[in-house]
Amino acid sequence: MSSLSATIQGVFNEPGCGKNANKSEAERKKGCTKQLQPGGAAGGCAFDGAKIALQPLTDVAHLVHGPIACEGNSWDNRGAKSSGSNIWRTGFTSDINETDVVFGGEKRLYKAIKEIIEKYNPPAVFVYQTCVPAMIGDDIDAVCKAAREKFGKPVIPINSPGFVGPKNLGNKLAGEALLEHVIGTEEPDYTTPYDLNIIGEYNLSGELWQVKPLLDELGIRIFSCISGDGKYREVAYSHRARAAMMVCSKAMINVARKMEERYGIPFFEGSFYGIQDSSDSLREIARLLIERGAPDELMDRTEAVIAREEAKAWAAIEPFKPRFKGKKVLLITGGVKSWSVVAALQEAGLELVGTSVKKSTREDKERIKELMGQDAHMIDDMTPREMYKMLKDAKADIMLSGGRSQFIALKASMPWLDINQERHHAYMGYVGMVKLVEEIDKALYNPIWEQVRKPAPWENPENNWQAKAIAQLQAEADALAANPELAEKTRRAKKICNCKSVDLGTIEDTIRAYALASVESVKERTNASGGCGACAGRIEEILASIPAVEDTSAVPVLAAAE
Amino acid sequence: MAKVTLGKKACAVNPLKMSQPVGGALAFMGLRGAMPLLHGSQGCTSFGLVLFVRHFKEAIPLQTTAMSEVATVLGGLDNVEQAILNIYNRAKPELIGICSTGVTETKGDDVEGYIKLIRAKYPDLAKFPIVYVSTPDFKDAFQDGWEKTVARMVEVLVNKPGNAARRDETRVNVLPGCHLTPGDLDELRTIIEDFGLEPSFLPDLAGSLDGHIPDEFTPTTIGGIGVEEIATMGYSAWTIAIGEQMRLAAEAMQKKAGIPYRLFDRLCGLSPNDDFIMFLSEISGKPVPMKYRRQRGQLVDSMLDAHFHIGGRKLAIGAEPDLLFDISSMLHEMGAKVTAAVTTTASPVLARVAIDDVLIGDLEDLETLARDRGCDLLITHSHGRQAAERLKIPFYRMGLPMFDRLGAGHLVSVGYRGARDLLFDLSNLIMANAEEHHEPTPDTWRTTGDLAHDATTSVSTH
Repeated sequence: MSSLSATIQGVFNEPGCGKNANKSEAERKKGCTKQLQPGGAAGGCAFDGAKIALQPLTDVAHLVHGPIACEGNSWDNRGAKSSGSNIWRTGFTSDINETDVVFGGEKRLYKAIKEIIEKYNPPAVFVYQTCVPAMIGDDIDAVCKAAREKFGKPVIPINSPGFVGPKNLGNKLAGEALLEHVIGTEEPDYTTPYDLNIIGEYNLSGELWQVKPLLDELGIRIFSCISGDGKYREVAYSHRARAAMMVCSKAMINVARKMEERYGIPFFEGSFYGIQDSSDSLREIARLLIERGAPDELMDRTEAVIAREEAKAWAAIEPFKPRFKGKKVLLITGGVKSWSVVAALQEAGLELVGTSVKKSTREDKERIKELMGQDAHMIDDMTPREMYKMLKDAKADIMLSGGRSQFIALKASMPWLDINQERHHAYMGYVGMVKLVEEIDKALYNPIWEQVRKPAPWENPENNWQAKAIAQLQAEADALAANPELAEKTRRAKKICNCKSVDLGTIEDTIRAYALASVESVKERTNASGGCGACAGRIEEILASIPAVEDTSAVPVLAAAE
Repeated sequence: MAKVTLGKKACAVNPLKMSQPVGGALAFMGLRGAMPLLHGSQGCTSFGLVLFVRHFKEAIPLQTTAMSEVATVLGGLDNVEQAILNIYNRAKPELIGICSTGVTETKGDDVEGYIKLIRAKYPDLAKFPIVYVSTPDFKDAFQDGWEKTVARMVEVLVNKPGNAARRDETRVNVLPGCHLTPGDLDELRTIIEDFGLEPSFLPDLAGSLDGHIPDEFTPTTIGGIGVEEIATMGYSAWTIAIGEQMRLAAEAMQKKAGIPYRLFDRLCGLSPNDDFIMFLSEISGKPVPMKYRRQRGQLVDSMLDAHFHIGGRKLAIGAEPDLLFDISSMLHEMGAKVTAAVTTTASPVLARVAIDDVLIGDLEDLETLARDRGCDLLITHSHGRQAAERLKIPFYRMGLPMFDRLGAGHLVSVGYRGARDLLFDLSNLIMANAEEHHEPTPDTWRTTGDLAHDATTSVSTH
């Protein structure tokens, strides 16, 4: 059994992660954990991430070992859906008190496991470690082991206390726990050549069921889904699948890769968001299964289903085209899932603004992903006033984003649609895409916008908050232009790379001094984008904004002058 | 007199309780230009943030000192310092309110000491309002966090009036408990102002989380009571505290400024509002306005109409102590039987709940009690939805969080009007449930002759 810090290090070394593979040895050691900024951070902790990743397993009792905050403030708030057991929605916590903090919480934890097994008898109990018991040295691995032996039931420790890092690290640590304790521990009743694992899909709003009927029709069996609408036993025998699809997110890449390594299950990275992506993914599934022994005719049947579904979806979207003509969508999201809807939105006649997205082809998808991830980063740093200005400057008709910016968009009287985790609608597969288009139409053409934008009859329109916000921003920009000293200070204060803490001034000066022309050369000189790499797009923009100089980065201008 | 027992389970199932620091953070959100800051790992803040966003459906200001594992072990001075500086420079708040969490309390960070060092290091911050409250997650509950935070605000932010200072006879301090909604505060403000008095609410969630469109976008709270107004609360003639939890703050106010206080342990129902209105009439020297004479009549009439539906109902209620006492007492006075009561933390009011036993426990306990005792009305926060579904009894959402219905901030239970509307809501819920599930059939009253069997069916089909 490896220690938590060793596991974290292992996760950072993930060779399947493209971003990671491009890093130097030293950078890899530092990991992809972004330095969190006190007073300026948002987002969940590693425990949150681990729970998000595993909680959709429906028949498991998820027990949180910690004070009431970790479970009490947040339980039953995920939109995942179950076709069977509801025990995953039951909040279990050891709710440790002051005495436990002083004397240790292991006994309480053991008793808690016992109570759960006696009362609810789930096929397995997952025990989540949190910060306080981790600090006082509660050994949950040992408690789980003792409980496992005593009760003859899998009791799985999930070692991902909040303070070890952000949410996405927790996703990976959850995956590690499955690899170490669950996957490969049981055998299926039977297997078929059509057995498919789906990894990293959480069945939010039941969206997996928008795709499952197509797989059913093709005779493809969802052998194990990690973890949406999944069951413990399915995960335990998932090592017998023929192929795997890793749903487009890096969250569980360690699971997919290690299962390939250990059990020879080939995987591909795909998505069911958007029409093209759905088709691509179905083809890829068929291809992998055929490679692993399924009959060739599967591909013909798959193509037939794709052709039928695509035709149906396009036909359903067609009537919206005239209504969407000239309408602009501002799409902002860090969620990797959402970029793949771009093509379909464009096909429906919507124009995307704000993100430098042109007509998207397969080739520049990577770039779109990067750009959007970048904008999502910017949103985190933005004051609401700046966001309002962005909405206004983009001249967008509707904004699609994650939940966090919701209230600002709505208060700016801007039609808005949630495309993140907390959303209420399922947007997966062909039917999901049509649903998304319908929802956009509903939001765009709702008659409330005209009413809510109307100022109160006693109000002077020049004096409303919209006008004030714009005026203030203009005043700030003017002040900056008039005062070079202040401009310099602002330039120095503006962080571009959060990981390595490199500011705009440093990057601009370095680009000028060494006549740099590529992100790579900027990284060499300043270390910017050497961490998570998310600011590469921003650096490109800076490069573009500085008048081009011949790239002589091999012979630095300054060095030559000396 | 109710006996209060503490649950003996090692595992809390379906928690009713939420943690202290988020209760404290909510109190800070009732101050204008405030940025609440939880000293803990970033998850502590993000869970709290999501909780309030889902309840109020508003953007919520809440920051974190983002403690990492290493920082936690070495102590959080650097993180607290950076967090204060970052917030001060970027959000330009009028106040920063800091609550500790389980992680930093386990380590034993001396945040008061840190703040002193930080103030000494940065002259800009020397006089800047920073309020710190110790609120470990592993002790007490949401309501306690609110209680301690408001008391601390009084201690730190209210100026001690000079000896010759004159009291303003029209000014009244109002210290509302966390069981009151922004809608409740608005109603109270209207009532108090109708007596010609000028109330200062501490904290004032009605100003900040009532769902208005702001005049200006800021990352801090929008609206709420300002720091300078809090400073002058020492000149008020009276303090009105609502909910037993506010005694601590009311006493702090008395100690600091010598202001007498009157504590109303509940404000839902006829008699507590009679007391409240008469108190306002007394301290203002004004007769009760016609408006409230009419509203009283309306409440009495609604009680007559509603008692057919509420009388005899067996109530299962899960709530923090003050809300539990308030609502269960009102329904008891309407003829309902308080049959199962579960709460989160100890409080003197629990002994006065109209039931034999109050359990400090969770929603699993409430569900079990409700089933065993044949309850037919469930009142708790939104997390009761799963239990309600299994119990198949009418479910009314009260308290925080209320994430699966709209309008949580505008539910009003105080005043004659609040009680009247609450009675209507509850009665309508009961009627709708009866129409849906309890329409009589030819077999409803058929007996089998088996005495024992008949007894059980009559319990389950009332």
